[in-house]
Amino acid sequence: MALQPSDRSANAGTDAGAGADVDPLPTLLVADLDAGFVALVRSLESSLYSVALRLCAAPPDAEDLCAETFTRAYRALRSYPPDRVLDLRPRAWLMTILLNGWRNSVRDRSRRPRTVPLVAADDLVDTTSGAAEKAEARETAAELAEMVRRLPEAQRTAVVLRHLGDLSIAEIAEVLGCAEGTAKSHVSRALGQLRSMHERRKP
Amino acid sequence: MSNDMHDLERETGIVDALATMRVRPPASFVDRVVGRWVRVDGPVGNGPFAAVYVAFTDQGVSFVRPAGTPGGLDEFLDAYRRRFVLPLQPASRPPSGLAVALRGGRASSLRFDLRGASPFERDVLEAAVRIPRGETRPYSWLAREIGRPGASRAVGSALGRNPVPVLIPCHRVTRSDGSTGEYLFGPPVKETLLRAEGVNLDEVRALASAHVFYLGCDTTRVFCLPTCHAARRIGAVHRRGFVTAAQAQLAGYRPCRRCRPA
Repeated sequence: MALQPSDRSANAGTDAGAGADVDPLPTLLVADLDAGFVALVRSLESSLYSVALRLCAAPPDAEDLCAETFTRAYRALRSYPPDRVLDLRPRAWLMTILLNGWRNSVRDRSRRPRTVPLVAADDLVDTTSGAAEKAEARETAAELAEMVRRLPEAQRTAVVLRHLGDLSIAEIAEVLGCAEGTAKSHVSRALGQLRSMHERRKP
Repeated sequence: MSNDMHDLERETGIVDALATMRVRPPASFVDRVVGRWVRVDGPVGNGPFAAVYVAFTDQGVSFVRPAGTPGGLDEFLDAYRRRFVLPLQPASRPPSGLAVALRGGRASSLRFDLRGASPFERDVLEAAVRIPRGETRPYSWLAREIGRPGASRAVGSALGRNPVPVLIPCHRVTRSDGSTGEYLFGPPVKETLLRAEGVNLDEVRALASAHVFYLGCDTTRVFCLPTCHAARRIGAVHRRGFVTAAQAQLAGYRPCRRCRPA
């Protein structure tokens, strides 16, 4: 089955709404901002956290970044007229806020260099998998995390937004502020690199 | 090998492997970005504080308003929204320690989220929380406690902005001249709260009109603020009154370590 360029990733992931044509969230937000916001958090927290973890490397930092992202989003939503809320694409919008927040914190932190701790392999695994697969999954995840970390920043960000953030190429281009072709080539190069790194690691 | 993105994505090995990196944040994450509110019985059985609305975050209690008035819920929600830009949802349970704190008037073990307050306001509120139930302290005492003697007026303003009245007992801060002073919900409510806690306002006023603002015990040679529990235990025959702390100290009395009158 041929994939269209603007299709989302085939992996719908654990979050509701990744493949939906009409997102219910904007309507919920307009009807009752606070209740709608809780639905927004529950719907997108896993995607945002998964992306943040690839950017931040340390779980507490990833959590802080996500919390800041949602808080900023709420502040903005409080000031938006209903039309603007209805036009929102929440997933892409939140990912933009997340990336901006991350870039700001990197810029602040570059003035105070510090060592980045290794991510515990446990943090990389979806805990719903069975015990037997856990050990193997942990190992795969740890190796993969290392490979992703080694990617150049643009490629890492693009591939993570696509396969953990479930954004379409058009949305990634918008979030990164580049052309769609560029976004697509970032993702291709990343996948190509990951494949080569993976080949090299095989015994 | 193809380098086309769609071909690479169709090689399900890589895409599936990346999917193993999906992680849920901790279950408590939602509480970091959403505040909760609850209605509980208040410290006084009647009047505006018969019940209270309490808002809280994962850091602690953040906002309190009286619930014993009609339209109280809307007022609470409006006041909250004007003060904080944070979503608020009803909670099924109050935060731990809240009921005990309201009943016993002792909130020092309850956690507070005072992120909306300035550092000065936070200092003032954290000092006020230490005033025991049934006792009062002057604004000047609080100013001294936070290392800002002479800032009594600023202390009064800060207390006027107390986001968590009753739990942080700004009602226990009174004027040096023995009068009750201002209150967020008006002096009559302040008086009701103080009397409900067993403060003998009439005696304090009687002493004040006789220019007695400190009480000493001639056996221990210790002097206190009039509402200090230690002062209230002084037998009438051993009780000495003083106008100023300096006068007490000149008479050879030392300040009580509990109420720290000087």
